[in-house]
Amino acid sequence: MGSIAVVDYGMGNLRSVAKALEHVDVRGRVEVTQNAARIRRADRVVFPGQGAIRDCMGELRRLELDEAVREAARNKPFLGICMGMQALLEFSDENGGVECLGLLPGRVRHFRDGFAEAGVPAPGKVPHMGWNAVRQTRTHPLWEGIADTTSFYFVHSYFVELLPDDLTVGEADYGVTFTAAVAQANIFAAQFHPEKSQQAGLALLANFSRWDGQMQVPLDQAR
Amino acid sequence: MSSAPQRSGLTRRIIPCLDVDRGRVVKGVKFVDIRDAGDPVEVARRYDAAGADELTFLDITASSDDRETMVHVVEAVAGEVFIPLTVGGGIRVAADIRRMLNAGADKVAINTAAIHNPELVREVSERFGSQCIVVAIDAKRVSGADKPPRWEVFTHGGRRGTGLDAVEWAVRMADHGAGEILLTSMDRDGTKEGFDIALTRAVSDAVPVPVIASGGVGTLQHLVDGVLQGGADAVLAASIFHFGTFTVAEAKDYMAAKGVPVRRLQEAR
Repeated sequence: MGSIAVVDYGMGNLRSVAKALEHVDVRGRVEVTQNAARIRRADRVVFPGQGAIRDCMGELRRLELDEAVREAARNKPFLGICMGMQALLEFSDENGGVECLGLLPGRVRHFRDGFAEAGVPAPGKVPHMGWNAVRQTRTHPLWEGIADTTSFYFVHSYFVELLPDDLTVGEADYGVTFTAAVAQANIFAAQFHPEKSQQAGLALLANFSRWDGQMQVPLDQAR
Repeated sequence: MSSAPQRSGLTRRIIPCLDVDRGRVVKGVKFVDIRDAGDPVEVARRYDAAGADELTFLDITASSDDRETMVHVVEAVAGEVFIPLTVGGGIRVAADIRRMLNAGADKVAINTAAIHNPELVREVSERFGSQCIVVAIDAKRVSGADKPPRWEVFTHGGRRGTGLDAVEWAVRMADHGAGEILLTSMDRDGTKEGFDIALTRAVSDAVPVPVIASGGVGTLQHLVDGVLQGGADAVLAASIFHFGTFTVAEAKDYMAAKGVPVRRLQEAR
């Protein structure tokens, strides 16, 4: 309920995200926008993304949206998706190394480097593409009604290095174990695509559209 | 699941493929109690409910005047079905891709246009991201039965050879930025004799990106063979699902029983 701004910085297919949000939040207003003022005004912000991180950060700055995104990530329910999750971290190895928004600690790495370092043979192809089980390592209001180890749809070649336990809310395995979902205060971010993850993804988006931005699951709903 | 270091929860995908002609699903989709078997949204919904992992729409419309219709099909389906959607057929230039992505497609499959202009694949994968660029390859075996196998890339439904070696072409396309290869055996397509396993294995071993096996599925064991013997990351089938021979759910049950990891639908809540 209320308004949801989907940040449009020219990276990727925002239509899917907007359509899925409209589907679960029929009374809410979903707005795909490049306007910083509208992002500041919205009740909730979704920060999606696809493509290369250097272009992603470059476009955010060029459109002068980085400050509005930072602000939103500090003070209202905020959902990062895929590249939109990776961009929240400090640093990505992609494109020879790119400084990201630094709202969360941690680093983004390529699967092949991760496999090499862990000394494991590649479990399959890169990109990691398809449905993979997500282990819910912590309770969170956005997991409400979604069974543990439910599969979500992923497509990515870079992954978020396993973050500390107090930040990771979901992890998945692809040769290495990586952070598939992270939460800190009013921020929730997922490496997978809820807008493409059928029932489970829609449930997560519906939870987001109702979320007050608190980490705690209300007592009467706690597991 | 093995406890070996090669840990992965990634499942293999089942992708029903729908042929669309002037906005209608063709090739006789038969579902019990479906209101309109030609309506792409209805058909897509059914497959989604049955547990399809992705859907591929192939626009077989001959006239370019009718291409706009496909954009509307994609828009309508994307508003109702929330799994990845791939669109192929008639994708020639970057603007076609932009339009399909804007309409709600997640990936586009490029076939003939890549053969005419391989640089197109490089250009569009840089622009839109590799994750949404699928290169479709129609391959036909051209070596004798007693010779080491060799496959050539064909166009026009297998009628026109290109002189390109299918395995080399797949490698080149992945190198140009294709995020996935949709590999169809023209020898097997429509035969129900199963995938060309040697072809699937050869391409799958040669490219670093996921391979979707296509062409020839007649039984559920064929799907299993495509993954376990062919090394495919995903299997695409049309007629066994359209004609109701098997449901996607039955295919998943069978594959799971044979040791292929598949996504199971959540219990209804």
